[in-house]
Amino acid sequence: MKDELTQDQRSANLKGMGSSRKRVEDVRFTQGKGRYVDDIKLDGMLFGDFVRSPYAHARVTSINTEAAMAIPGVVAVLTAKDLEPLGLHWMPTLAGDKQMVLADGKVLFQGQEVAYVIANDRYAAADGVEAVEVEYEELPVIVNPFEALKSNVVLREDLEGQTEGAHGPRKHHNHIFTWEQGDKEGTEKVLEEADVVAEEMVYYHRTHPCPLETCGCVASMDKVTGKLTLYGTFQAPHAIRTVVSLISGIAEHNIRVVSPDIGGGFGNKVGAYAGYVCSVVASIVTGKPVKWVEDRMENLMTTAFARDYWMQGKIAATKEGKITGLWCHTTADHGGFDACADPTKFPAGFMNICTGSYDIPTAYLAVDGVYTNKAPGGVSYRCSFRVTEAAYFIERMIEVLAIELNMDAAELRRINFIKSDQFPYQSALGWEYDSGDYHRAWDQALNAVGYKELREEQAQRIEDFKAGKTRKLIGIGLTHFTEIVGAGPVKNCDILGLGMFDSCEIRIHPTGSAIARLGTISQGQGHATTFAQIIASEIGLPADDITLEEGDTDTAPYGLGTYGSRSTPVAGAATAMAARKIRAKAQMIAAYLLEVHDDDVEWDVDRFSVKGAPERFKTMKEIAFAAYNQAIPGLEPGLEAVSYYDPPNMTYPFGAYICVMEIDVDTGEHEIRSFYALDDCGTRINPMIIDGQVHGGCTEGYAIAMGQEIAYDEMGNCKSATLMDFFLPTAWETPTYTTDFAVTPSPHHPIGAKGVGESPNVGSVPCFSNAVHDAFRPFGLVQSHMPHDHWRIWKIAKDLGLHS
Amino acid sequence: MIPAGFEYHRPADIASALSLLQTHGDEARVIAGGHSLIPMMKLRMADLSHLIDLQDIDGLKGITIAEDIVSIGAMTTQNELITNDELSRRIPILREAALLIADPQVRYVGTVGGNVANGDPGNDMPGLMQCLGAVYTLEGPDGSRAVAARDFYEAAYFTAREDEEILTQITIPVPSMSGYAYEKQKRKIGDYATAAAAVMVGGGNASVAMTNLSDTPIYSAEASDALAKGDVDGCVAAALDAIDPQEDMRGPIAFKKHVAEVILRRAIAKAQERAA
Amino acid sequence: MSKMHVKLNVNGQEVEGLAEPRTLLIHFLRENLNITGPHIGCETSHCGACTVDLNGKSVKSCTVFVAQANGSDVTTVEGLTNDDGSLGVIQEMFREHHGLQCGFCTPGMITRAHRLLQENPNPTEEEVRFGMAGNLCRCTGYQNIVKAILASADMMNAQKEAAE
Repeated sequence: MKDELTQDQRSANLKGMGSSRKRVEDVRFTQGKGRYVDDIKLDGMLFGDFVRSPYAHARVTSINTEAAMAIPGVVAVLTAKDLEPLGLHWMPTLAGDKQMVLADGKVLFQGQEVAYVIANDRYAAADGVEAVEVEYEELPVIVNPFEALKSNVVLREDLEGQTEGAHGPRKHHNHIFTWEQGDKEGTEKVLEEADVVAEEMVYYHRTHPCPLETCGCVASMDKVTGKLTLYGTFQAPHAIRTVVSLISGIAEHNIRVVSPDIGGGFGNKVGAYAGYVCSVVASIVTGKPVKWVEDRMENLMTTAFARDYWMQGKIAATKEGKITGLWCHTTADHGGFDACADPTKFPAGFMNICTGSYDIPTAYLAVDGVYTNKAPGGVSYRCSFRVTEAAYFIERMIEVLAIELNMDAAELRRINFIKSDQFPYQSALGWEYDSGDYHRAWDQALNAVGYKELREEQAQRIEDFKAGKTRKLIGIGLTHFTEIVGAGPVKNCDILGLGMFDSCEIRIHPTGSAIARLGTISQGQGHATTFAQIIASEIGLPADDITLEEGDTDTAPYGLGTYGSRSTPVAGAATAMAARKIRAKAQMIAAYLLEVHDDDVEWDVDRFSVKGAPERFKTMKEIAFAAYNQAIPGLEPGLEAVSYYDPPNMTYPFGAYICVMEIDVDTGEHEIRSFYALDDCGTRINPMIIDGQVHGGCTEGYAIAMGQEIAYDEMGNCKSATLMDFFLPTAWETPTYTTDFAVTPSPHHPIGAKGVGESPNVGSVPCFSNAVHDAFRPFGLVQSHMPHDHWRIWKIAKDLGLHS
Repeated sequence: MIPAGFEYHRPADIASALSLLQTHGDEARVIAGGHSLIPMMKLRMADLSHLIDLQDIDGLKGITIAEDIVSIGAMTTQNELITNDELSRRIPILREAALLIADPQVRYVGTVGGNVANGDPGNDMPGLMQCLGAVYTLEGPDGSRAVAARDFYEAAYFTAREDEEILTQITIPVPSMSGYAYEKQKRKIGDYATAAAAVMVGGGNASVAMTNLSDTPIYSAEASDALAKGDVDGCVAAALDAIDPQEDMRGPIAFKKHVAEVILRRAIAKAQERAA
Repeated sequence: MSKMHVKLNVNGQEVEGLAEPRTLLIHFLRENLNITGPHIGCETSHCGACTVDLNGKSVKSCTVFVAQANGSDVTTVEGLTNDDGSLGVIQEMFREHHGLQCGFCTPGMITRAHRLLQENPNPTEEEVRFGMAGNLCRCTGYQNIVKAILASADMMNAQKEAAE
């Protein structure tokens, strides 16, 4: 067979790794042909809706459902009393705690589920909710975690007397756990002996992932077959299947969980929520499918807050700026139930990545989890288990130290970066960083933005400001972050005992196209596009000929799902490994067809050719056909493979971000003049998609840093429950980003990829925040808490005397 | 967020609408664009069993521009206001302000009548109408009456309109003052004002009103007089004296007062520059 | 409450149905007509995921009662696909410029962009950003959406010229 195409042309035709391949998902999505949970319609489907508590802390003294039941269309109303005989009035949380499914005698946060109304349509369900009469007896409310640890008020009466929790001893009735990492005594000694110690409280406020699609599900119990099908907005469908089986007692093979298209997740859709449990029960009780979709207020008030970490920090250094130690004590507000989504052995996630990009010889971290009368959650909002908190903490502490040392913060970072020849690097808090080249990235970033000139411009602006010529200041925000993603090695990473491997199964069809199924689930990341690219490069079939499926537990191999930037590091690795198994078999088939020894053929883009005789070859397409249709001695027919990948280590993507911000001292308004984002996520699979991830992650970071918060008043009322007050920027407010990259492949990942989805959120929040702080640094500002909305920036200026 | 049920009416003329209002009393509400009312209904904070849709009443539509007076039908949308070039030429502050209301979709549907009649202190048009000295026409069972925008607002969501009356028209004298500015600080597009100021100035006259800084829009005669005399500081002092902002997610009272001053000074400066 | 007879022209088709007057237009489209392109994101008219074209104007169909819309012409994203089933210009440009990720805001975005470009065939970037400010996206940061709409304008103008 004669082939006129060059190797490069053949390679380009595959649209494999490195190609900005257009997304295959978009043909459906751009025509409104996505299939999201609320698009699912089953015969006889009923709708569920919740009665929710208006109070943050109260006893539920009575629930009267009579009037609700009288409303036309209302089928049933469930309360805790109905769930109790099934043992489903409480459910286990991902953090080893338990949570009420429906209020069992009391409520612990505003919006908590009290009763579940089932009706023929969503309008009747809403009418039913309105008609349920609940009597409450208000109890004292605690919204501050420091007060909670001092208060006599017992929030979790169900745990009274329990001095041991899922993560060790409890010191107080509102205390959940203490988690300690590193060398406490050693760090204290370093702090005592240091030339310089900077100390600051860094608060990362409570916020919410707020994907545009809220959480929801459709539960359908087939009483004839005994099989439960649960469609839902699940970021981890397989784990949900196992959890549902464990909670409900339904055998796992009789449960099919399907995540259809998901309208954004960002961590919101990792957890198990009361709506899922109630819908399953409702379907079992009624024998009909039951749909539940939360509205936006329910979403913001009840499912999955993020952050809310009070991080007290101390950082020690020599006079010259070499960091010698880092100390951090975090008070973590977990709300009414500990429903954080972290690997079991890490109750504060990977907060111990808080030494960041720096070579810090000694460090200590302690985290205290606390109950308050706020919504449960503590999910990783576009981050890998508290990495955002860690990155924000260290990048603020670096700035605080720079002030203490009267040093340029860019230079301070440079002095302390882990050097490229130190990798793999053992951090003082227990991680092994796989690879990096921080100095190169940093220089690339500083050069790209013209850092020196920016500082000169800023100095001039300060002069002008002092001379009364302008009321606007310039802030230059710097960040160099290191993430830890790709959870994770089964030896230390599990959720509810489920090891955090992931999987891929590939079947090659006889005509040389393929289908691949993974244990993950895309929520906008474009898996159907990018994972096909990995396979295309590995086995030489065009990505366009490879179908990718995820999210149906009846067909996809078991995996732990998509969050924590784990899809590429874990499932991406499984994909490459499965593809390599196929290629290994293909090599034997090719050798047989070419009548040479296995070792005498070599891989060439999309074929095996005879070593030294490249004109003698068999393409993957030909091999696929032969695999099914030719009797090959010693080989089973067929060409498929499955890989379950247990990663040997996490991956450590990093980046250098620089923001230039103009700040109006009088109104507190800001303008992002430029934002430069350099990401090193190792091997790049699809640059177009990486850029898109960076734009999106930076925009979420912009929102978080500059205005987005879940706020409560003293009564525990949520003040930010609609998109009027919960800041999601429009195209008008959102800055434009300049993206850049470097490539330091992960040495332990089969294709060297590290993951990128969450980097821009992790990196941009400190970058925006540091820009605000930097603008006011010349006037004496050391630390001011986010979000930096107009009034808080105004208050910085006011407190610094800049208004008189 | 599902509204409670109601009977729907779509009268073809104002008399039928008034008759429906009389028949159903306080169980009825009229709906124009509905972008204030429908969210309240979805939150079940607006209680009604009869909804009277005014969209088919031709008499409530259209913008008439005469020599020295402009009449705007209550059902005129913000978008129609923005895209009327002649109106923008005669009273440019209308367009400037309308563009700062909500977002494009809401402006296509949201009406000027609804915006001024609703009594929401966050709405931009009431303060602007006070600044412009507009007059509202109210049609009721006993005929029509005219109420000045400056006399219309009593408290948040309480106005001089009686339950059985419909606000049908807004009449604005074409200002003799050539300087104008509507300045608004907000957190994002779609937000109400943290503070907003409408200023007209020129030819020895001036008019000043402020939005979302009290439970009603605030027109200040004293501030207007001071500005007419060129006394900017006096104008600002008088306006700040008249406002009474409340703390919300936009910020504490001290911040709002500060921003009110900054925004008002900017509006004055811009209006004066345009007058010159 | 009794149901009313509703007639609409949706994407060029006359459709009828029975619905309570309180039924929101978005629910009538999605539940009664199975037109599931427009989505529900916030329910308070902030996010624009439910945007449809109603009598030639972009509206948020979560904040319109079907009773109000009765007798109207409605265009949804489904109506912007070419007659031969291929992607319309804006749809194609969103794909070309990676103007979507999870796809949930996309139908509203594209429907709004359609009206914007009808009214302003040559928008500046600033006009696109201002004109699209009624639609929220949580994934893209808008940068590629803006790019896609500007590219759509160019392509539509080129097509118009070619046709003339």
